[in-house]
Amino acid sequence: MSIAPDDRPDPFRERFGRYLADNPMIPLIVFLILLVIGLEVMRPGIVTPFRADRDGLLSMFWIGNLLKFAIPLAMLAACQVLTMLTAGIDLSVGIIATVAAFVCATLSGTLGVAPAVLVALSCGIIIGLVNGFGVGIVRVHPLIMTLGTGLIATGALQVYQRFVINVGTEIPAFLGWLGTGRTAGMPNGLYVFIPFALLIFWIMRFTGFGRLLFAMGSNENAARLSGVRGWQVYLALYALSGFIASMAGLLYLGMIRQPSLSLANPLLLPSVAAAVIGGTSIFGGRGSYAGAIIGALILRVLDTMLTLLQMPEGARTALFGVIILAVTAIYVRITGSR
Amino acid sequence: MTQMKKHAWVISLAVLLAVLLALTKIIQPGFGASGIESLARAALPFGFATSGMAVVIIAGGIDLSVASMMAVCAVTTAVLMERIAGVPAVIIVLLAGVAMGAINGLLIVLTKVPDIVVTLAMLFVWEGVALLILSSPGGSTADWLQGTIRGSLIFSWLPKAFLIIAMVLALLWWPLQRTKLGLSIYAIGSDELAAFRSGISIGPTKVAAYAICGLFCAFGGLSLAALTGIGEPVPGPYLMASIAAVVLGGVVLGGGKGGLLGPLLAVFVLRIIRTLLTLMAVDPNVTTIVEGVIMVGVVMIGTALTLKGTRK
Amino acid sequence: MSDIPLLDASGVAKNFGAVKALTDAKLTLSKGQVIALMGANGAGKSTFVKILTGALKPTAGRVLIRGQEARVGSPAEAQRSGLVPVYQEPSLIPDLNVADNLTLGNTPVQTFRNWVEELGIESLKLTDMISDLPLATLRILDLARALAAQPDVLLLDEMTAALPTDLVDNVLKTVRKQADAGMGVIYISHRFTEISDLCDNATVLRDGCTVGELPIEPGVEDRAVELMLGAKLALGKRHTGVALRSEGTPQLAARGLASAPKLSDVSFDLFAGEVLGVVALEGQGQDELFDLLAGITPPTSGTLSVDSTVASFNHPSDAIARGITYVPGNRADALLLQRSVRENIALPFAARVGDWGPLNRSMERDRVNYAIEKLQIDTRAQGEVQRLSGGNQQKVTIARWIAKGVKTLLLFDPTRGIDVRTKRQIYPLVRELAEQGAAVLMYTSELEEIPLACDRCMVIFNGRVVDMIDAKDADEQTLMRAAYGLTEVA
Repeated sequence: MSIAPDDRPDPFRERFGRYLADNPMIPLIVFLILLVIGLEVMRPGIVTPFRADRDGLLSMFWIGNLLKFAIPLAMLAACQVLTMLTAGIDLSVGIIATVAAFVCATLSGTLGVAPAVLVALSCGIIIGLVNGFGVGIVRVHPLIMTLGTGLIATGALQVYQRFVINVGTEIPAFLGWLGTGRTAGMPNGLYVFIPFALLIFWIMRFTGFGRLLFAMGSNENAARLSGVRGWQVYLALYALSGFIASMAGLLYLGMIRQPSLSLANPLLLPSVAAAVIGGTSIFGGRGSYAGAIIGALILRVLDTMLTLLQMPEGARTALFGVIILAVTAIYVRITGSR
Repeated sequence: MTQMKKHAWVISLAVLLAVLLALTKIIQPGFGASGIESLARAALPFGFATSGMAVVIIAGGIDLSVASMMAVCAVTTAVLMERIAGVPAVIIVLLAGVAMGAINGLLIVLTKVPDIVVTLAMLFVWEGVALLILSSPGGSTADWLQGTIRGSLIFSWLPKAFLIIAMVLALLWWPLQRTKLGLSIYAIGSDELAAFRSGISIGPTKVAAYAICGLFCAFGGLSLAALTGIGEPVPGPYLMASIAAVVLGGVVLGGGKGGLLGPLLAVFVLRIIRTLLTLMAVDPNVTTIVEGVIMVGVVMIGTALTLKGTRK
Repeated sequence: MSDIPLLDASGVAKNFGAVKALTDAKLTLSKGQVIALMGANGAGKSTFVKILTGALKPTAGRVLIRGQEARVGSPAEAQRSGLVPVYQEPSLIPDLNVADNLTLGNTPVQTFRNWVEELGIESLKLTDMISDLPLATLRILDLARALAAQPDVLLLDEMTAALPTDLVDNVLKTVRKQADAGMGVIYISHRFTEISDLCDNATVLRDGCTVGELPIEPGVEDRAVELMLGAKLALGKRHTGVALRSEGTPQLAARGLASAPKLSDVSFDLFAGEVLGVVALEGQGQDELFDLLAGITPPTSGTLSVDSTVASFNHPSDAIARGITYVPGNRADALLLQRSVRENIALPFAARVGDWGPLNRSMERDRVNYAIEKLQIDTRAQGEVQRLSGGNQQKVTIARWIAKGVKTLLLFDPTRGIDVRTKRQIYPLVRELAEQGAAVLMYTSELEEIPLACDRCMVIFNGRVVDMIDAKDADEQTLMRAAYGLTEVA
C-alpha cells in the first residue's frame, strides 16, 4: 500500500500551509526569535543585559553588532533573490565584492576617493554585464556563467594585485565611518541599508521590471510571447546584481578595514543560503527579499551561537550545513512548495 | 542522428587532446613519457570528481559537495592507513564514499528540497566531518598506495594513473549504462514524469546516482591521498573544475544526455592546457584567468550549438 | 465468470481539504465494453481517472478490478492489477531510443512491433530516438506499449487529440477489435464523432457525481451535453455568415509565405471585422504559419504586410508592436502558472523597456477587471493560475490580449481539450471581437466550430492554401475533403 504521490494533508494543515506559503515571513520570524532566545539561554545577558546584572533591557551593542555583520550578507542576498527569481543564480557576487573593495582601497590613494569608488562600482557593473551577456544572449546556464566569470575575475584580481603590490592601500574615511561607526546606537551602515532594502522591495513589487523577473522565472516562453525581450532583462538584471555586489564589497571593506584577495568570498554561499531560507525558490517565479533579510539575520545569530559553543571548527561547519538543510526542509514541508 | 552528434563531440575532444599533446611536444621537446605520467597523476582527482559529477548531472541533478566528500575520503585514508592495513582501509573509504553519496540522495528524495540546496548544505556538513576527522593536514598513506598511481605500465608512455581511472570507469560505468539502472538514470534526467509512468522508481534511482557519485569521490579522495601522501581536510578546487569538465565533455546540464568518456577527455584537455601555459612560463594567475575564459567560452559555444540544433 | 464486471467503481468520493472534487462517482465496465467517460472541465474527470489508475486514494467508495479491491500507488502496480492507462502526454523518455524505452518498461519487443504496425506506423526503427519522432507517432507508440501489456482494462485519455485523421481511424478500429475480443475500454474524449463510432455507453460526470449512464445511439450528443451542462443547451448558435467586408485594404496580407520545410506557399488576406478560420490535418504547416505571423520564427520566403506596410518580425514584440497578438495552442506555453490571474493578464503591460518603471496600478486594474468580466473568468481560487481549471486557464490566455487591446488576434486551437460550457463562451466572444473591428485568424481542429465562429475558412494542405470556403458552405464533409487535399485541382 504505497503512498499515493498526489495525496494532500488534512484540511487544517493544508490551509495553514497555504497561509504560510503566502506569508513566508511568519515562520521565519518565529524561528529567528527562537534562535535569539536560544542564544540568550546559552550566554545569559548577551541579548538582555539585565539578566547579567548590567543595565538595559535589550543590548544595543549586540543588536548593533548583529545588524552590522548581517548587512553585507543581506546585500549579497539581494543579488541572489533577484537572480533566483529568474531561475538563475549569481555565484560571482563574492568575488565582485572582493574586487570592488580591493580596487577601491588601492586606488583611493592615487586617484582620490570618489574616482576610486566609481571605478570599483564600474568593475561590478562590467562583470555583471558580462554575466548578463552570457546568460541572456548566449543562453549559458547562470550557474556556469557566473562560476566562470568568478574564476576569471579571481585570476584577474591576482594579476592586478601583482601590479599594485607596491601601492599602499587606503580605506576611504567615509567607508570606515559607514562600516564601523555608530549613530544613535545603530551601525551607520544601517542608514544606507534601509533605503537600499526599500528600493529592492519597490523594484520587486511595484515596477514593470520586477514583474518581468517573476514572469521570466515562471515561464520565459510565455513572457516572450507577450513581447518581452529576455536578453534585455538578463543584461539589466546581472548588471544590477554586479552593482549591488560591488556596493556590498565597499561596505564590507569599511567594516573589516583590511583589503584582501578573498575578502568577501566566505559570504557567497551564505548569501545563497539566506535567500533560500527566506523563501526564494531556486526554480524561479517566487521570492521574497524580506525573507532573505530575516534569513541573513538567522545565519548571523547561528554563527554567533556556534562560535559561543566553542565547538571544534569541523563541528561548527557541519552544524551550519545541517541547520540550513533542516530549515529549508521544514519550510518545504509546511508550505508544500519548493 | 543525435547519436552521431554525441559521438562527434567526444571524437573532437579526443582530436583536441591529441593536438594539444603534439603542441606540448613541440614547445617542449623534452616532454615525454614522464611528462605524460605526471600529467595523468595530477589529473586523477579531477577525473574522479568529474565522473561523479557527470553521473549526477545525467540523472538530472547536481552535487555541490563533491570536493568536500573527496576531502573526507582523503583524510579517512590518511588516518586509517596509519593504523590498519592497506586493502581494508581502501574498502572502508570506498564504502564511506557510497554512504555519503547515498545520504545526499536520500536527503534530496525524502525532504523534497531542491538538489542544489541540499548539496550546498551537505558541502558544509562533509567539510565539517573532514575537519573533525583530521583538524589539520596530517596522517600518512601507505607507500603501496602512492605507488599504484606512480609510473607507467606496459608502455612507457601509458601512465598507471590513466589506466586506473580508465579501469574504474570501464568496470563501474560501462556495464551499468546498459542495465535497467543505468537506463533509469538517463530516464529520470530526461523526463521524470515519463520515467515514472514507465514504471521507474524515481527515488531509489536518484539515490543510486548520488551513491555512485559518492563512490567516484571516494576514488578521488584515495587518489588525492596517494598523490600528496597525507590527508588534507580542506576541499580543493574540484567543484568548479568538475562542472567545467562535465560541460566541456558534452553532458547537458539538464540531464539525460551524454556519457562519462567525454568529461574524462575534457579533464585531460584542461590539464594539458594548464601544463602548456606553465611551460610557456605564463604567470600562474593568468592561467586561472585562461581556465575561466576557456570554461566560459566552451560553454557559450556548446550552448549556442545546442540551440542551433534544436532550432530546426 | 464474465458476469463480474472488469471494473466496478462505486460511491467514489474525494476531498481535497474543503474542496469536494468528487462526491459520488461511479462507473461499471464489463468485458468487451467501451465506455466513454464524459464531463465538463471541473466536473472531476481527471480526479476520477487518477483514482482509477491508482495515483490517488479515494476519500470514500471503492474500486474493484475483476472483483478485487484495487489500491495501487504506482504505474507498475496498476499494470499488475490489469488496468493500463494511456495519458495525454507521451510517456516515453525523450533522450533514449525506442529499444531502451521498451527495456525500461519491460515491454515485449515483438508484440510491441506488431501493434505499431497494426496501428499504421511503418518504418519505425528500434534505434530511433524518441526526441526525433513526431508527436503523433509518440502517441501511437504509447498505445502500442499499453496494448503489448495485454491489459484487461485500457484507459485512453484524449488519445486522438494530436493525431491525423488516418491514424485516428486506425486507433478506433484497433481498439474496437480488442474490445470485441474481450478487453474493456474507458475512453475519454470531447469528440462526439469518435464516441459514436467506438463506444457502447457513456458515463457522464457533473460536479463530482455520475449523473447518467447513456447507451450510444443517435441523438446521444444532445442528451450527453444536457447532462454535462445540467440543462438543455445547444452547442452554439450557428453563425449566419454576415456578408463579409472583404473590400478595402486588408489588415493583414500574406503573399507566398513559406517556412521550410512544412510551409511552402501561403497567401491570403485578412480583413478587419472578420474571423478567418484555418482548417488542416495535423502537421500541414499551420503551426509554422502561426509562428511566422506571431513573430516567433522568421519566414524563409514570402512577404507579410500589416496595413499595407511590409512587416518583418524578429521577435514577438515586433509583431505585438504591429498589433498582432497570439494565443498559442498549448496553455502551458502562455501562462505563468505560479503567478496570479492578474499578473498573467497584465504581463504585456510591462514588456517593453519603457514600461519597466513604476507600475500604473489603477490603469492596470481597470483593464484587467474589464478582461476578467468579459471572459467571465472564475477568480474564486485566489492565488496561482495553476489552481484554476483548464477552461479558466484558457480564458486567462485570451484575457491578456483583451486587456491590452486587440487589433489582429491569432488563435491556435483555442478550444482544444476545453469543456463545452467554456467553448460556448468563447465563440460569441470571438465574433464580438470581430464586430468591434478586430481581425481574427483562428485555427481549429474541431471542424464543427467553423460555421459557429468564422466568416470564411482557409484550408491548408501540404503547406499550401488549397481552398477558401465561405462559412455558409463550410459543413464538415466539405472541410474534410478539402483538408485531405481532395479539392485541389491538379
